[in-house]
Amino acid sequence: MKAKEKILYSLLGIIAFSTFGMLIWILSYIFIKGIGNVDLIGLMPAIITTIYMVVIGLVIAVPIGMGTAIYLNEYAKPSKFVKGIRFSTECLAAVPSILFGLFGMMFFVTQLKLGYSILAGGLTVALMILPTVVKTTEEALKTVPLSYREGSLALGASKFSTIMKVVLPSAVPGILAGIVFSTGRIIGETAAIYLTAGMVFRVPGNVMESGRTLSVHLYMLAKEGISLEQAYGTAIVLLMVVLGLNLLTYVIGRKMKNGK
Amino acid sequence: MDKVMKKVFWCFAALTMTVVAFMGVYIIANGLPFFKHTSLWAFLTGKNWMPSGEIFGIFPMLVASLYATIGAMVIAIIVGVSTAIVLVELLPAKLAALLSAAVDLLAGIPSVIYGFWGLMVVVPLINDLWGGKGAGSSLLAVIFILALMVLPTVIRMTEVSLRAVPNEYKEGALALGSSRLQYIFKVQLKAASSGTLAGIILAIGRALGETMAVILVAGNTALLPQSITDPVRTLTANIAIEMGYASGVHQQALFATGMVLFVLIIAINLAMHMLNTRTERRERRESKGKNTL
Repeated sequence: MKAKEKILYSLLGIIAFSTFGMLIWILSYIFIKGIGNVDLIGLMPAIITTIYMVVIGLVIAVPIGMGTAIYLNEYAKPSKFVKGIRFSTECLAAVPSILFGLFGMMFFVTQLKLGYSILAGGLTVALMILPTVVKTTEEALKTVPLSYREGSLALGASKFSTIMKVVLPSAVPGILAGIVFSTGRIIGETAAIYLTAGMVFRVPGNVMESGRTLSVHLYMLAKEGISLEQAYGTAIVLLMVVLGLNLLTYVIGRKMKNGK
Repeated sequence: MDKVMKKVFWCFAALTMTVVAFMGVYIIANGLPFFKHTSLWAFLTGKNWMPSGEIFGIFPMLVASLYATIGAMVIAIIVGVSTAIVLVELLPAKLAALLSAAVDLLAGIPSVIYGFWGLMVVVPLINDLWGGKGAGSSLLAVIFILALMVLPTVIRMTEVSLRAVPNEYKEGALALGSSRLQYIFKVQLKAASSGTLAGIILAIGRALGETMAVILVAGNTALLPQSITDPVRTLTANIAIEMGYASGVHQQALFATGMVLFVLIIAINLAMHMLNTRTERRERRESKGKNTL
């Protein structure tokens, strides 16, 4: 082996090693500093707000997104309208979350007079995850073989009952994976929620109250630097939730592979 | 029943499109009136941002966003492509699968955690090593955090496209006497370039749009950075920091900042769109060429 090749090999090795070194560094740092500071009771307001936010976001975005995907994949013939939808969801997917925050703050918070509230935040994150739901549902529908549909239609089922009873059930794992992924995005989101749901830290009584999700809570603690112990504790809880979701996606993915 | 359901699904699709169009129009409609106050040129090239004096120039922020994105991308491309090569070509399959899952993990970590870690670890480290006006909060810290954040995107897209290169290419190259490294760099990477490029463009969008993680490590002074250890404020940070208390012209100026960001992102996306159609067309032409041969 030439000397030049040896150098290249070792360079590649060092770079790849440093990538995973960074991952281990970040994870172990959060774990070691955070493990002694976990205070689930103290974090309850943030946890409950996060759950509210996820539920509102999913309840709004999932039906609309799935409906859009079903139309695109099952009904629509190639047309300007379909191209328009595809292009607009692609654009929406690329828009940074701060712009959703800007829009949500002016439209939901101020113009619709929702105030800084969990509802305004939920509507904003629903918009944010809509393209993801459309995209993942469409991909899931595409994996259902055409022969399933043909078989069902040939047996005399209507198009709608074919979709409901044959196509959707076979696409469930893919759709579910998309929903879990969207949940992770809502939980990890800071900018859009910070501008629309405010930052009041207490257990919200209803969705019209302001609330702080775990991510926003961590941001505020880090920014203000008042209690680093609490910040570490929040960071580890947030990380565990997200890692749990990751694991769930992974398990669903395995199931999908085995099912085929 | 069937016809009704078709209409229902059509309505969902139309709703999705309306929402997107509405959002774009809304941001632009709220930003445009601002240009009666300050011209677009003065807004883009003005070096001073003083909302209290109604002076709005976003040049320092524009520069900071571009520097941060370019810096982060240089690191992410070098490290990401190298890591992808190691994963695909050099490691045994089982270890590569494990590390691949670790890359997914890295992608799933919320940005605010990167920001927090940057604030606690990277900022003090920079302060110890080089000091700087912001005591470590600096352009360099932003570049580092953004590079880490977009790294999984670059690795994953490069990995997928490297794996998609047909095995015949490898057999052919090796049969012609090239070494493994020559094959990787001169054949495989070139064949995988369109997918890699798509990943890079995706990553640029993410780096340009990241807000909260950047605020935590940037120092956020709206001045033109003189060195890489100077504190900076990006376009996104500008919106997030001041939107809470802005009103009147100031608020319009922030919407105009959002518009600039929006236009940049859409331009990047259009570039990707064009790139995709071009590659598709080329592939079609190539396969046609094969048929006539």
